[in-house]
Order: sequence, then structure tokens, then C-alpha cells
Amino acid sequence: MKTVVTAQGQYLDSLVDLRFGRCSWFIVADTKTGRFKAVSNEKNYESSQGAGIQAANNVTRLGAQSVITGHCGPKAFRVLQAAGIKVYSGGGGTVAEMLDRFKKGDLKETETADVEGHWA
Amino acid sequence: MLDITVAIASGKGGTGKTTVSSNLALAASRAGCEVYYVDCDVEEPNGHLFLKPRITGARHIHVPVPAVDEEKCTHCGLCSEICQYSAIVCLEKTILTFDKMCHGCGGCAYVCPAGAISERGRDIGVLEEGHSGPIGFVHGRLTIGEAMSPPLIKAVLAAGKKDVLRIIDSPPGTSCPVITSIKSADYVILVTEPTPFGINDLGLAIDMVRELGIPFSVVVNRSEAGNHLAGDYCRERGVGILAEIPDDRRVAEAYSVGELVFDTLPDFRGYFTDLLISLGKEAKR
Repeated sequence: MKTVVTAQGQYLDSLVDLRFGRCSWFIVADTKTGRFKAVSNEKNYESSQGAGIQAANNVTRLGAQSVITGHCGPKAFRVLQAAGIKVYSGGGGTVAEMLDRFKKGDLKETETADVEGHWA
Repeated sequence: MLDITVAIASGKGGTGKTTVSSNLALAASRAGCEVYYVDCDVEEPNGHLFLKPRITGARHIHVPVPAVDEEKCTHCGLCSEICQYSAIVCLEKTILTFDKMCHGCGGCAYVCPAGAISERGRDIGVLEEGHSGPIGFVHGRLTIGEAMSPPLIKAVLAAGKKDVLRIIDSPPGTSCPVITSIKSADYVILVTEPTPFGINDLGLAIDMVRELGIPFSVVVNRSEAGNHLAGDYCRERGVGILAEIPDDRRVAEAYSVGELVFDTLPDFRGYFTDLLISLGKEAKR
């Protein structure tokens, strides 16, 4: 099962990026095999609008079933929900720590967007 | 008689665009010009507070947004790819649209091979037309919470007579709403105040108008004896000053109760008639 963690760097010991749409990296982790890869979110990072929507769209393309991040706004949440991807916001610490907690079932699924949108 | 379109703009807000626009409109009308006042500051129009027009017509303005027929959609994703604003997202089994992100370009409907996307109108605000005595009047009121004003500004600009003196009261700043408001003008007046903020933003506005290639000059509002900030800056950048309106508490008092100083302060009339004459000379160049 693939899980995406938003991160400030490309490694498992990188800190979780609290922003979803404008995070620096997506760490795509396979919780079964323990393998992971880092995907840059640079293009969204610099976009003037719609970063959350695009990031959510990219996460669906990465084939993830869940996302672990700090905060998730309403538009990104709508896309993730429509794609059937589970959202776990309120993350912090390192990517490895979050994945560990996720595997233990320690994270609670987010039911709605937890921050306001930035644009209208 | 003067029949140009002059846009009154400024980098900084609150420098006196509406004071200059509304009093210039009245001065020109009294001098026998046919005047049409175009308030393009649709996010917070205020020209009507001074001209107190009788509104004779109003209509809602719409922007096109995509309406997707899910039955026809093959989820090919071309619409998402062409959209530069993330207003349409094609997922494996469903398609989402974000109306407020849409700039109404029609690209998604154009590229859709299944003919699944049509356009419907989304209301963004109201356009109101009328007149204040002999002065024609139009303004737009953007719906609160709406982010995209240019389509409403374009509708406001399209209204009214064209072969008269059109005075455009522009929004402040140097971004899309301002550029939309002033780019079709024959002449631009940049209103500034002699403060560090005023001069900084005047510099940005000068860069903008030069980029657009429209002839322009500056009006210094709330000018004070002994304060050379604006004069020195304009000289440095080779920009002409069309008028200087002195700082006077009575102007602020008149403004606070919606009065036109041209009407209520006879000693201020000269500044606006002189401005009109200078503008006429500029228009002939």
C-alpha cells in the first residue's frame, strides 16, 4: 500500500512539510516492502494559484491510497476525497516517525479540511 | 471639446484618485464638455458617493465556467492538462471543477474530444448605469468574496458613450485590475501624495504605464509647501507634473460627507479647471 508523506527533504529522516500543496517533496512509501522514493513538488511550490489542487492531483497519479501531511485545505481535500485517498493531517516530526505511527494505526483519519483556502 | 479617455490611477491607494476623477468630471461638465464617468474600482467603488448618480439600469455580469456532462466524459484528462489555473481536475472515475479558480478561457471545452464540456455563466457582480445631472455614469460592484474583477471591469469599460470625455477612476495598485482599467485609455494621470509610501508606489505605477506605452503625467495631491519629495522624484524620472493640489483639512471634511470640493470650496475650483486645461494641452500633443 502506497502512502505519501509531505516532506521538507528527500529522505526518511527529513522533517514533515506542514504545507500540503506547497510542500517541497512527496515521499512515496510502500508500507509493505518498506521501499520509498522522493518526488519533487517544485512546480507546485512556485505556482500562483491552485497548488493544493495540483498537488492532490499528483498524489492520485502517484498511486497513493493515503496522504500524511501537516494541514490540508478545502480544495485539495475535495480532490483527495473524490479520488478515495485517505488524509491524515496534523503530522509533524520526521517522515520515518510518521510512517511508523501510521503503521501502528496511531494516526486518525481527517474528516474535513483543517485550514481555510488561500484563494477565494 | 475634449473627447479623450483619461484614466486616473495611482500605485498607492488613498492618494486621491476619486477626488481628482469626480472633481475633474464636474469641472469638465461645467466647462461644457460631455462627460462620462467610468468607475472601474469594482472592488470598492466610491465615485457614486460624490456624484450621487440616478441609476437607470443594472445588469448582472457573468463569466463562463465549465459544465461537464459526466455521461459523455471519457476521463481522458486533456481538460486538466490545458487548464493553467487548476480549475478542472480529471480523476480516474470522476471530474471536479473549481469555479472560482476558472478564468473563463474556454480551453477545456475546446480540447474535449468527447464534447462533454459546455459553458455556463457564473454571476460575479452587478453593473449599474445612470447619470449625475449631465454627467453619464457607470460602475461595477464585484460580489463580496469574488477574486476575479477583470471581466466585470471590461463590461464597465464597454458601457456608455465613447466619443465624449471619458474619465476612468481606476483601482489602486499595478496588477491585472489596474492594467485592464487603463490599457485602452488615451492618457493616464497618476495621482500621488508626497510621502515615502506615495513615492515608492508612484515609481511602480510609472514603470507600469511606461510598459503599456500610454502617455501620462502626475498629479500631486495633499501637496505641502517645502515638501519636494514628489517634485524631485518626478524630475529624476523625467515625468511631468500636471497639477498640485494643496493639503487642506477642508478637503478631507468635504470628502468625509460626500461633497465635491469643486462645488463646496470655491477656492479649489481653479485647481481642477487648470488641470482640465493642462489635460487638453496634453491631449493635443
